[in-house]
Amino acid sequence: MSQTKPYRVSHLDALEAESIFVMREVMAEFERPVLLFSGGKDSIVMLRLAEKAFAPARIPFPVMHVDTGHNFAEVLEYRDQRVAGLGLNLVVASVQEAIDSGHVRELPDGTRNRIQTPVLLAAVEKYRFDALFGGARRDEEKARAKERMFSFRDEFGQWDPKNQRPELWALYNGRHHPGESIRVFPLSNWTELDVWHYIAKERIPLPSIYYAHDREVVERDGMFYAVNEFIRLRDGETSEVRRVRYRTVGDASQTAAVLSEADTVDKVIDEVAATRITERGATRGDDKVSEAAMEDRKREGYF
Amino acid sequence: MSQAVLENETAPSARMDLLRFATAGSVDDGKSTLIGRLLYDTKTIFADQLEAVEAASASRGDEYTNLALLTDGLRAEREQGITIDVAYRYFATPKRKFIIADTPGHIQYTRNMVTGASTADLALILVDARKGLVEQSRRHAFLTSLLRVPHLVLCINKMDLVDWDKAVYDKIADEFTSFAAKLEITDLTIIPVSALNGDNIASRSENSPWYDGPSLLHHLEHVHIASDRNLVDVRFPVQYVIRPQSTTVTDYRGYAGQVASGVLKPGDEVMVLPSGMTSTIAAIDTADGPVDEAFPPMSVTVRLNDEIDISRGDMICRPHNAPAVAQDIEAMVCWMDETAPLRVGAKYAIKHTTRSARTVVRGLQYRLDVNTLHRDEQADGLQLNEIGRVRLRTTVPLLADEYRRNRTTGGFILVDESTNRTVGAGMIIEAQ
Ligand SMILES: Nc1nc2c(ncn2[C@@H]2O[C@H](COP(=O)(O)OP(=O)(O)O)[C@@H](O)[C@H]2O)c(=O)[nH]1
Ligand SMILES: [Mg+2]
Repeated sequence: MSQTKPYRVSHLDALEAESIFVMREVMAEFERPVLLFSGGKDSIVMLRLAEKAFAPARIPFPVMHVDTGHNFAEVLEYRDQRVAGLGLNLVVASVQEAIDSGHVRELPDGTRNRIQTPVLLAAVEKYRFDALFGGARRDEEKARAKERMFSFRDEFGQWDPKNQRPELWALYNGRHHPGESIRVFPLSNWTELDVWHYIAKERIPLPSIYYAHDREVVERDGMFYAVNEFIRLRDGETSEVRRVRYRTVGDASQTAAVLSEADTVDKVIDEVAATRITERGATRGDDKVSEAAMEDRKREGYF
Repeated sequence: MSQAVLENETAPSARMDLLRFATAGSVDDGKSTLIGRLLYDTKTIFADQLEAVEAASASRGDEYTNLALLTDGLRAEREQGITIDVAYRYFATPKRKFIIADTPGHIQYTRNMVTGASTADLALILVDARKGLVEQSRRHAFLTSLLRVPHLVLCINKMDLVDWDKAVYDKIADEFTSFAAKLEITDLTIIPVSALNGDNIASRSENSPWYDGPSLLHHLEHVHIASDRNLVDVRFPVQYVIRPQSTTVTDYRGYAGQVASGVLKPGDEVMVLPSGMTSTIAAIDTADGPVDEAFPPMSVTVRLNDEIDISRGDMICRPHNAPAVAQDIEAMVCWMDETAPLRVGAKYAIKHTTRSARTVVRGLQYRLDVNTLHRDEQADGLQLNEIGRVRLRTTVPLLADEYRRNRTTGGFILVDESTNRTVGAGMIIEAQ
């Protein structure tokens, strides 16, 4: 092959091209796709990729937020602004409403991670969504490392890790029967650092809590939780104001912040590159339960 | 554990290359240990992961930190101490980002190796220095060549257990080299290592003064992959037609897709298959603006100067360099379904580039024994993990190239129309 130019493609460009390919593939092969958008950084990046995949047309599907009711105000505000700016249709699947109407029951410990799964599945059924874009990455967690780009779910939304479709080349198999669906993970091959490099490259605005700010926090098991309506001081605990930022944004009652001075995207990148603890290990109470906590939740239909 | 020192300690940047590789080896050859070692030496393993692995190792009674537990993520895998499914791992050095497809080695997992190898730039095969080449090593080498993975690395592992004996290395290396020569493997690198101790993994080891090749990581960082892409044959499978329904953008009609091969430029004369109509490229758009050229693996949107009817599954190519428009396909097929074998006369759904169709199996020339490469011409079907040469007839023409020339336009999958499972992977030998 004679070649005068290198035709170089950086890893970020290659990842972007792959994600865009996946999104277009879904749009071409499914009837009712929806993109899960929480206002968290991964879903924000996914939304940007959707914008780029279909430009100059608008994003041709709605977005959905499974709202645990435990939110950071900054993130909700961002969500609404972004959705309005892109002229998108937002579906909110509310865990609080499901509790109020008796569809799900609040757990004794008040955490809502697990009970959001039935709420998600009910929304999928109601709107007959057949493809759901999620922002999960394989580097996040070891059960996720085995996840496919197109992940088949039966009519109960369940994942069967031992019975996954082989995924060859870029030939994704989205076939399914009515009532079944496919979870699609366009960011499968991205790492936390890739996401941040992309946010920098694309100059994507983020909710302010992703950057260092002063916040009243309480330290529990080495993690720093914001003291607010969801997390109250227990007997014997004291709070303090520390400079923190969030690495992930999940349920506000279970997501912890990390101590940080990084108040710009470049400083965050430096911190992420140097950090010695995984994103979920540093910030998510929900994954610490057992070695297979994520695998079990995914089997039930969690993202 | 000895702490290897990286040659260049700066952080990964935003402009690295991407290299995908697949690993293969028999059970206990040290594959999980090797991957754990690469992650550890490139500082990809985080403190909390290491803690979890240390705790899990201790509770299993392992005498050392079992880095294999890093990659065995499913409950059943940890319980049985085996790897069940393809797992993907990521690490980066300042030069490259790496995606590892970690595929289990047992015979029943040929399916997984084929899956991992389908997208790999490089395959890494492990053997145990004490055992030498085994049946599975040959099978892994064969699958590497069948899937046309451009680069192959053989790691001769556990050299510490043979006292770093050069003669042991030479014997295995010679035997493998002559076997590989029969397989059209173009780029082979052989490295003596100890995955457990980190010798020749991230840096050259003093235990092998007789070895003058690179460390594994150095090789992974420097192996030349840019020219593995086919930049000659223009192939642009149309994925999706973009036609904005808006008042601000009118009359826009763009063909979205990912460049499979070749280089496209505005002004180029192109032909659209299967219609055979010709036009010229008006513009190549991306969300960041138009570009002067598009090449693999870019995802772009192509606009043409003439209004011709084009839809998903069509292919843009050049008038004098076009793929076959073919309904009769000869291919090597790897069968991936445990519930039913491939049978002559059976019908399946087929997906090839962005085109979907139906197909019937017209014939099975032979089944290949992946260990001996013996051809069984009496075979009447392919069971799970078996590979054979198959003749297919499709309902509509495929726009196809030989797999050896083009891994994107030469590969396809077969899907069971009732269960919707992906049941076969095909590599086209001939299309007409
Ligand atoms: N002495 C020695 N033992 C090794 C080496 N690499 C792996 N092992 C051991 O070989 C066994 C199998 O390793 P593992 O990584 O689980 O193999 P896998 O089945 O290929 O993933 C474990 O007990 C490892 O500690 C090596 O280079 N030297
Ligand atoms: Mg293993």
